[in-house]
Amino acid sequence: MNIKYFSWVKDQIGTETETISISKDIKTVNDLILHLKTLSEKHKNALSDISIIRCAVNMEVVNFDKDINEQDEIAIFPPMTGG
Amino acid sequence: MIKVQTNDFNINEEISHITSKNKNIGGISTFTGIVREGSNNSLKSMTLEHYAGMTEKMLNKIDLEAKKRWNLIETKIIHRYGKLFPGDQIVLVITASEHRKDAIESCEFLIDWLKTKAPFWKLEDSVNGSKWVEERQSDIEASSKWTT
Repeated sequence: MNIKYFSWVKDQIGTETETISISKDIKTVNDLILHLKTLSEKHKNALSDISIIRCAVNMEVVNFDKDINEQDEIAIFPPMTGG
Repeated sequence: MIKVQTNDFNINEEISHITSKNKNIGGISTFTGIVREGSNNSLKSMTLEHYAGMTEKMLNKIDLEAKKRWNLIETKIIHRYGKLFPGDQIVLVITASEHRKDAIESCEFLIDWLKTKAPFWKLEDSVNGSKWVEERQSDIEASSKWTT
């Protein structure tokens, strides 16, 4: 699964993108976030406060109970500050 | 029409382009977002990061929503990314309609929605170091007032 990170989430994790293999237990965005937090201290710290984390699946912002699969493009970032 | 670019834009040229194509336009609203210097002239630069692909998708979606809600002849959204400096233009919204209300309201709607729904993030480089801009409560409220 391909994951993109933006803004300070990217800075804290230390990469713009990473590819991870996921088990069948990971069915939703929430499952994925919990899994990512086990990968490293950097992941754990970056994703510690879920209230300031947003997720897009295939370029649409989704709730954390959204189902995901291996082919989806996932992006994780803080609230957007355009304009 | 939407555009995501690093280059600057010229408001007068953009307006002329719209009015030259349609003689039934009775009013135009524009909003231009500009990089502020901040208190104590502390800002050195601002770098806008965006999620290429999703940005275009979301701006088109927001643009389409405005056209559904108001009677618009033409719209244009230009959003810049990359490194900008105090005084630089960041974003331009133009709405053109037969009557003023459609242009004025939809222009406000577009900028309110794109602030919270278009995937841009601002990194401020100031005399105190670099800091990602946080979401503002007033922007969330401005955006949510248009939710039906």
